[in-house]
Amino acid sequence: MTELIVRYLPLKRFRQRNRRKQALVMSAIAVVLLLILIGSGFFISADRLTVNFDVANSAPSLKYPFGTDWLGRNMFVRTIKGLALSFWVGLLAAFISVVIALILSLLLLLNKTMDTLVTGLIDLFLGLPHIIALILISFMFGGGLNGVIIAVALTHWPLLARLLRAEIMQIKNTEYITVSRNMGKSWTWIARHHVLPHLVPQLAIGFILMFPHAILHEASITFLGFGLSSEQPAIGIILSEAMGYLSSGMWWLAVFPGLMLLLMVAVFDSLGRNLRKVLDPFKGQQS
Amino acid sequence: MLKANNISFSYSPNQCLFDAIELSIQPGEVVGLYGQSGVGKSTFAKIIAGYLKPDKGSISVDGKLHPQKGRNPVQLIGQHPEKAINPYWQMKQVLEESGEYSDAFLEKLGISKEWMHRFPSQLSGGELQRFCLARAIAPETKYLIADEMTTMLDAITQAQIWQSVLQLVEQRQLGVLVISHELPLLNQICTRILNFEQLAGKV
Repeated sequence: MTELIVRYLPLKRFRQRNRRKQALVMSAIAVVLLLILIGSGFFISADRLTVNFDVANSAPSLKYPFGTDWLGRNMFVRTIKGLALSFWVGLLAAFISVVIALILSLLLLLNKTMDTLVTGLIDLFLGLPHIIALILISFMFGGGLNGVIIAVALTHWPLLARLLRAEIMQIKNTEYITVSRNMGKSWTWIARHHVLPHLVPQLAIGFILMFPHAILHEASITFLGFGLSSEQPAIGIILSEAMGYLSSGMWWLAVFPGLMLLLMVAVFDSLGRNLRKVLDPFKGQQS
Repeated sequence: MLKANNISFSYSPNQCLFDAIELSIQPGEVVGLYGQSGVGKSTFAKIIAGYLKPDKGSISVDGKLHPQKGRNPVQLIGQHPEKAINPYWQMKQVLEESGEYSDAFLEKLGISKEWMHRFPSQLSGGELQRFCLARAIAPETKYLIADEMTTMLDAITQAQIWQSVLQLVEQRQLGVLVISHELPLLNQICTRILNFEQLAGKV
């Protein structure tokens, strides 16, 4: 009986398909979703953000899917625009962070004294309260978009760098690295060909975990007044502004932008996990 | 000639594993080395291949002290081929790291062309060991240290691999140090057989 069920249950058949292909399809869907999100933010013109007091404080309707705020601005347009902006800020900051973490952790292979310095630097940054470092760096660079990106990028690398260092330490002591050394390969060659491919899943996961962090921190320093200026439709600004109006019953100001942020982060997460299946031969071969 | 001069090594400061080992291997010679577990055979192999630094003494190849920069003329093949190959690489890449290989050479070692696009986890231990062997043998390679190279293989595969190694020894005048527990195997393939404990002066 169970055999029959197993044989004819469509779910089971679906599971038997090639996991790599499945993962590729899922990542393609995630990429398309992200592109729609970012693309629409790009193509919606800023004219639709104008203030219109006639329709201020209206609840979600067909014309205004996410409602309007106290200035009568279309929250749907503002959310999409804000997501696009937050996406770029998060993407850029997380990318710079990953690059910093990667370069600093690779010093472990190339130079011992430099590595000691890096370890000290990691401890220093981890010992400092995160938000204080963010505020100081953002303030130092004059706030605004540049300040936020630089601050977020410069404060998010230590955790990933520590992770990568541990990973590199482990790879460095494997037999195939010794064999490679014995074949006369330089450490730079080994870093590029042996170590880097091993780090790709870590980098992808690190990047994905950093992405929501970056957006949230962008939002929090904006909230504290050291980040983006309030006329920019960043998701952090929308959420922090909405806080003041929640008590007056305007729930749509926070709920929809928050949900959209969640959606974007979830899509990113699934993209990362599926890419990992594709990139990692161990995961890809599991049935 | 591969010469080990007065090699000493210890893992902990007061306890010396072996002291003042002298050994020389001529090109084209197959030297067998056996001894009980834990006497330091593998450590000695790693020192000769330059994986470890000896506390005292030196290794020289044709009069030149090594390790030097560039490819080491002494290559070690270990007991665990699955550890000695990057799990993320296709077998083609594994060979490319060492250099170019002719199809005839690979055929002689029993490496099938179908394996080139597989990952190490898709090959068996014997198949991987053939790749390790192929990788170790480059034009620059003059000496081969086979540390329990075929211990985990069945008798037939073992015979096949050693047959191709002996052919290569003849062709290229390689010097080989065979470390094994299996005296019958050593009797079959070696020109000279040494007891490690005697070599290290422990008996």
